[in-house]
Amino acid sequence: MASHVYVLIAHQDGRLDDSALELAAAAAVLFPGAAPTALVAGAGPELEAACAAAAAAFPEVWKFDQAALAYPNAELLRPLLVKVLPAGAAVLLPHSTLGMDLGPGLAIKLGAAYLPDVVACEGQDGALLKVVRQEYNGQVSAHVHCDTSRGVVATLRSGAFRPAAVQAAGSVLDRSGDAAGLTARRRFLDVVPAEMGDIDITREEVLVSVGRGIGEQDNLPLVEELAEAMGAAMACSRPLVDAKWLAKARQVGTSGQTVKPKVYLALGISGSFQHLGGIKGSPFFVAVNKNPKAPIFQAATVGVVADLLELVPALTEEIRKGR
Amino acid sequence: MEILVCVKRVPDMAENEISLDSGGADIKRDDLVYSVNEWDNYAVEEAIQIVDRVGGNVTVVSVGDADAEEILRREMAMGANQGLLLSDPGFEGSDGAGVAAILAAAVRKGSYDLVLTGALADDGAAQVGGMLAALLDWPYASVVNLIEVKDGALRIGREIEGGAQERSEIDLPCVLSIQTGINEPRYVGIRGIRKVASIEIPVLDGPALGLAAGAVGAGAARVRRADYFVPPAGAGAEMIEGSTAEVAVKLAALLKAKGGIK
Repeated sequence: MASHVYVLIAHQDGRLDDSALELAAAAAVLFPGAAPTALVAGAGPELEAACAAAAAAFPEVWKFDQAALAYPNAELLRPLLVKVLPAGAAVLLPHSTLGMDLGPGLAIKLGAAYLPDVVACEGQDGALLKVVRQEYNGQVSAHVHCDTSRGVVATLRSGAFRPAAVQAAGSVLDRSGDAAGLTARRRFLDVVPAEMGDIDITREEVLVSVGRGIGEQDNLPLVEELAEAMGAAMACSRPLVDAKWLAKARQVGTSGQTVKPKVYLALGISGSFQHLGGIKGSPFFVAVNKNPKAPIFQAATVGVVADLLELVPALTEEIRKGR
Repeated sequence: MEILVCVKRVPDMAENEISLDSGGADIKRDDLVYSVNEWDNYAVEEAIQIVDRVGGNVTVVSVGDADAEEILRREMAMGANQGLLLSDPGFEGSDGAGVAAILAAAVRKGSYDLVLTGALADDGAAQVGGMLAALLDWPYASVVNLIEVKDGALRIGREIEGGAQERSEIDLPCVLSIQTGINEPRYVGIRGIRKVASIEIPVLDGPALGLAAGAVGAGAARVRRADYFVPPAGAGAEMIEGSTAEVAVKLAALLKAKGGIK
């Protein structure tokens, strides 16, 4: 088994990302007995704060303080990690847009195996690491075996590992010198926040959310009428925004809005982890989907296997009658 | 600009329910409808739009068996200038690194300024683009949702958490993985596919790509799927059954009771 385990810490404004303690927990499950080292890159006082927070959860913290690292750029982090990590290292990253940017190329450059989007660990057999992944948008899972004898880079799904309640009095090792003079052929410019538009679904108590099951844009009025009858706001899953049928501001999910409604009605949404990741606060969750195996039924409180095009008009009428 | 777009033939997630064969060795494939991976289709559309603006050629490439030809032809009907199929029984069982190595060999045989992939495909790994860039030692950006061509470089946007856009400048040549929604892929009709039906699609095998026997494929794979399974269903949702009218009555009552009707 890999004896050198490293965890990349995502942080912002001096605070650790939720992924940090989840990765600490995952490290203990994937590599029992290893003492993982936290890798924290950034700049200035915010980095100091993040390192202090990381030292409360990891026995050792490597600090990389350089102005160029103030915003996490995978094209800078990758050569840095290739330089400082020993052969055969195991590296854990969050399966975030940073992890996806950094991980695959890091594995190649380290000569390590790559294990993306791990959702559970099934144990070890020598250098063979056994994990669970999901395929086909979560419709099926797979047992995946990975030969870690020459190292491994793994990204871990957000929420898959319960954050560790670890207590460490870790030491912070300043390795900023290793990060001096880094240059990248991809230069960060700025971040443009998501446009909000005229609707803020994050503040709505009742959401009627529609997905690919709507079929045609011409069918959207059916859902609009239901939302109106309920006095609810309309939300959606990603494919409807990609198709430009609904505004980005209405998209629920990790690449859209995080909502905290009291009631969430999901119509024709399969329930990808990216979509479910945008729903917080345990709402009364109703799912309507044609596919009885859709993952949405695992997340919902109440489910109906039905074609939304048939059920929605009947439901709208019933609600209007009840008013 | 010479652009290579990597595409994959996958079960169409909008058309299929995925279920497992009895042993879990594979998904049931008999009645599946296949199509081009949705993310890849956006990548091809983006490549065509770039070439429309600045000139050049779009080549679509796929690692697969003879069936992959149908998606190459579909993307050629969209406007890609040529197709390239990388096919060899020895490629079977390749892990992501193996597929990336096969594609890297094809990139080295050409003269490309830009390589595009979809951000992810049916297995959700989101890995091949980043591995390909590392093998070529080209810069890389994932989940790209904006591309503007500048002199010798691109101005790009990445879709990051919360739907924000991270903007960067990236040198050419580079590899980008494309996020859905970057454009509106054009419709391809039967007539368009007929038009490209007779264009020859070259097929390159391992030796033609200069890949040593055993360098890719099942033997070289360090990541291997042991089997598929469906996790034991949790408590899951309480299912409501009945006729449409009955379900509507029950749902309306539940929604009202839970404060869902305001």
